[in-house]
Amino acid sequence: MSKFGKKKKEVPAVNTAALPDIVFMLLFFFMVSTTMRETSLLIKKPKLPSATEVKKLEHKSLVSTIYVGKAVNPSEGTGDKIQLNDKISTVNDIVNFIYSERDKHDADEQKAMVTSIKADMKTNVGTISDIKDELQSINALKISYSSSSGDVANNFK
Amino acid sequence: MARRENSEINAGSMADIAFLLLIFFLVTTTMDTDSGILRKLPEKQPEDVEAPPVRQRNIFEVNINRFDQLLVEEEEVKIGDLRELAVKFIDNGAGKNAEGQPCNYCEGEKSESSSEHPAKAIISVQTAQTTSYGMYISVQNELLAAYTELRNRYAKKYLQGKYKGLSYSDLLKLQKGEVKNPDLDAAIDQIKKAYPEILSDAKPIK
Repeated sequence: MSKFGKKKKEVPAVNTAALPDIVFMLLFFFMVSTTMRETSLLIKKPKLPSATEVKKLEHKSLVSTIYVGKAVNPSEGTGDKIQLNDKISTVNDIVNFIYSERDKHDADEQKAMVTSIKADMKTNVGTISDIKDELQSINALKISYSSSSGDVANNFK
Repeated sequence: MARRENSEINAGSMADIAFLLLIFFLVTTTMDTDSGILRKLPEKQPEDVEAPPVRQRNIFEVNINRFDQLLVEEEEVKIGDLRELAVKFIDNGAGKNAEGQPCNYCEGEKSESSSEHPAKAIISVQTAQTTSYGMYISVQNELLAAYTELRNRYAKKYLQGKYKGLSYSDLLKLQKGEVKNPDLDAAIDQIKKAYPEILSDAKPIK
């Protein structure tokens, strides 16, 4: 009967040799899917309006983003501010901003470029209209009013 | 020195390193895709060009005042009713288009005071300088939704061939997946021609 007694062994440790593989797989997934935020916001994070007719913007590199909202830093003033790249700018800087964005792409891609306006819901339409005038003057005609998808009723809560 | 057997590198801490990196990317990752209402601005017109004459009945006036109140064709309405009113106006189809063809796919009331043809129906949005952007987007969205509704209906009824029975939104989804398909583009153009999007933004009043 000593043979049966020998079976009383300790439970072997779980083999963790495959753990690094799993972790690496996850790591690669996040490395590939991650996009670092290129600009830090100097305006308060815009509360985007909701809309149902939204379309996704493809080709991220062809999108130039204009942020509109109230400045975080009170010394900048209280009105609606426009942020281009990393600083708060005026409407007149938009022309140069779009030109510099265009310079990054060749002629073919320039036609597909979209300007995304990320504006807070409480922004005045006047400010947006000024931006549109500037874009119109340099033929940057494709724009996208950045909004989250959802019912319009959310805009009035 | 005694030559030792080439022992394997201890890989036990590799998992820890990988975990550290993983957590870093987990924290920094943002998976937001930018989405929004796509619009195309009109090209800049020279100052001295006069707008072509448009009959009053072909203009659907939407007014938003600085208190975000909505005035449609001189009547105060709620945002929830805007889509229906816009559909009614575009789809009225009482007259003929520029080529002299009547709108035989329109299902509107053929009212004498509303638009003649979808190709002639203009929606004009007038805002005030201090109207809120949220309200403006809501109005734009409802008007675009009206067009989408009509286009979907048209596509389902009148498309022939391999896209028969599909809606306009379905076709747009198909277009995204494929590289270039002349049949599909033609179908979409046909719908767009039946109900062209004529939305004009007037300069905000000070």
